[in-house]
Amino acid sequence: MNFLRKYIDKIKPNFEQGGRWHTFRSVFEGLETFLFVPNTTSKTGVHIHDANDSKRTMTIVIIALLPCLLFGMYNAGYQHYQALGQYPDFQTTFLFGFLSVMPIVIVSYLVGLGIEFTVAQLKGEEIQEGFLVSGLLIPLVVSIDTPLWMIAVATAFAVIFAKEAFGGTGFNVWNVALVTRAFLFFAYPSKISGESVFVRTDSVLGFGAGKITDAFSGATPLGQIGTATQSVQITDTIGNTLSQWDMFLGLIPGSIGETSKLCILIGAIILITTGIANWRIMLSVFVGGVVTAQIFNVIGTTPSMQIPPFEHILLGGFAFGAVFMATDPVTSCRTRNGKYIFGFLTGTLAILIRILNPGYPEGMMLAILLMNSFAPLIDHVVVEGNVKRRLKRINKR
Amino acid sequence: MTEKDKLILFNPLGKNNPITVQMLGICSALAVTSKLEPAFIMAVSVTAVIAFSNLILSLIRNTIPSRIRIIVQLLIVAALVTVINEILKAYAYDVSKQLSVFVGLIITNCIVMGRLEAFALGNRPWASFLDGVGNGLGYAVLLVIVAFFRELFGSGTLWNFQVMPQSFYDAGYCNNGLMILPPMALIIIACIIWIQRSRDKELQEK
Repeated sequence: MNFLRKYIDKIKPNFEQGGRWHTFRSVFEGLETFLFVPNTTSKTGVHIHDANDSKRTMTIVIIALLPCLLFGMYNAGYQHYQALGQYPDFQTTFLFGFLSVMPIVIVSYLVGLGIEFTVAQLKGEEIQEGFLVSGLLIPLVVSIDTPLWMIAVATAFAVIFAKEAFGGTGFNVWNVALVTRAFLFFAYPSKISGESVFVRTDSVLGFGAGKITDAFSGATPLGQIGTATQSVQITDTIGNTLSQWDMFLGLIPGSIGETSKLCILIGAIILITTGIANWRIMLSVFVGGVVTAQIFNVIGTTPSMQIPPFEHILLGGFAFGAVFMATDPVTSCRTRNGKYIFGFLTGTLAILIRILNPGYPEGMMLAILLMNSFAPLIDHVVVEGNVKRRLKRINKR
Repeated sequence: MTEKDKLILFNPLGKNNPITVQMLGICSALAVTSKLEPAFIMAVSVTAVIAFSNLILSLIRNTIPSRIRIIVQLLIVAALVTVINEILKAYAYDVSKQLSVFVGLIITNCIVMGRLEAFALGNRPWASFLDGVGNGLGYAVLLVIVAFFRELFGSGTLWNFQVMPQSFYDAGYCNNGLMILPPMALIIIACIIWIQRSRDKELQEK
């Protein structure tokens, strides 16, 4: 690491005031502080100083997302070869998934970071690190067959209108990755929902060519539940019944990163032990989801109501949203009680949308976005309630 | 036409635009702009209603007791809107069906009442008429711009003619479904406001 530090110190004067590449100062600063913890701290106001600055925070979230990403790649290959009726070795399967997922990651980062860097240069500000996580979340919440140009358009839309227009990282009202998905969902519904987009059936760069087996149907478990008219047997794409264990491990069709609950669990453990994400929100999202699903289970008149609560949590993007999206520190509640309320309502709404609206087999995205809008209000109520309670106590004396 | 008249007529097109600066009539700008044709018809209808209601009210402004002026204004606007509605039904039935209730709802368009209250009640007929035309045109320009983008990207057509070439669709291009939904109209208007304010520093709120 020493040589890198020395090299950066050597080229640094070029980027300072009056230097040759002064215009690109913010790009340089962004990269430098990304590689090394900066030596400067804020000089005004009261701050809690911690070695863990926001770049390090983002890096840990990225690490927590890696299991989901890697498994998502493997699963993309697995689903593809299963649809073709082939079962090649691990490397081939992973390679196919890697080749089909990697372009989405690259496009998301190129577009998002491109806009962030440009805006930072135009405003003469430092480059904010917020997109590091959003850029990886976006590929994980879209379907594998979403065309790359759509991801580019949606990412640009989300970064400009959901983030930069509000003032950049830390000021956004809604989770940027979910706004990207929402844009895709409403602008190009046929490319992010339905039966034909969650499993890649074409070859990639000449890999994995073949004919689809007759038994193949690309419907996701939630899609099957959504369209069923009577009690439903959830199957994978070629008709084998799925057990709860299969749903937990995640070799099922779905958005790229959301299928494996095991990897999400690993991510959740990393996030909670490092103190990056809040366990209160995660817990209350799950509680909200289970309680709501249980209530509907008792009513039990439609196939989606009959799904047991535990399976509701294992299916779709519920767990992924609860662990990585609802816990976003910028867009969720800040007060402790607010976090419980926020999480519980998110879980409740997600299951409500799933069960009651046949048009949306998955409700997690809409639930989180809706609760993002209400988060400041919840915080306000909690804070005001606290002020009132303490005033009462003082007045009693 | 004097300098002052020109100012009254052209100011609403830019610096005093009813939608982007006065923030009036946004609801109908969201509702009718998914296609260019109905948006244009709507814009013309609203312009006619504002212009003539301004004119009529200005002519009788000195005879109206201030207590009942709102009722009188509503009566004038309602009469004009009914006439417009009948004309559209007679000569442009398809568009009239597309616009459905929104023609009738011109009565509630804030621009109409806003201009009556703010201008026609205190100015001479000719100036009031010009003010009505100007504000109508300011509204029309915005509607046409918004409808242009929404129809082009939402349906791939302009005035119902296919504009996006078939080769685009063959290459994987899709119409943007969000453009058809009202939220996108709001975002386009926001962009126009953004551009206008960044070019014209006077309009920026502190």
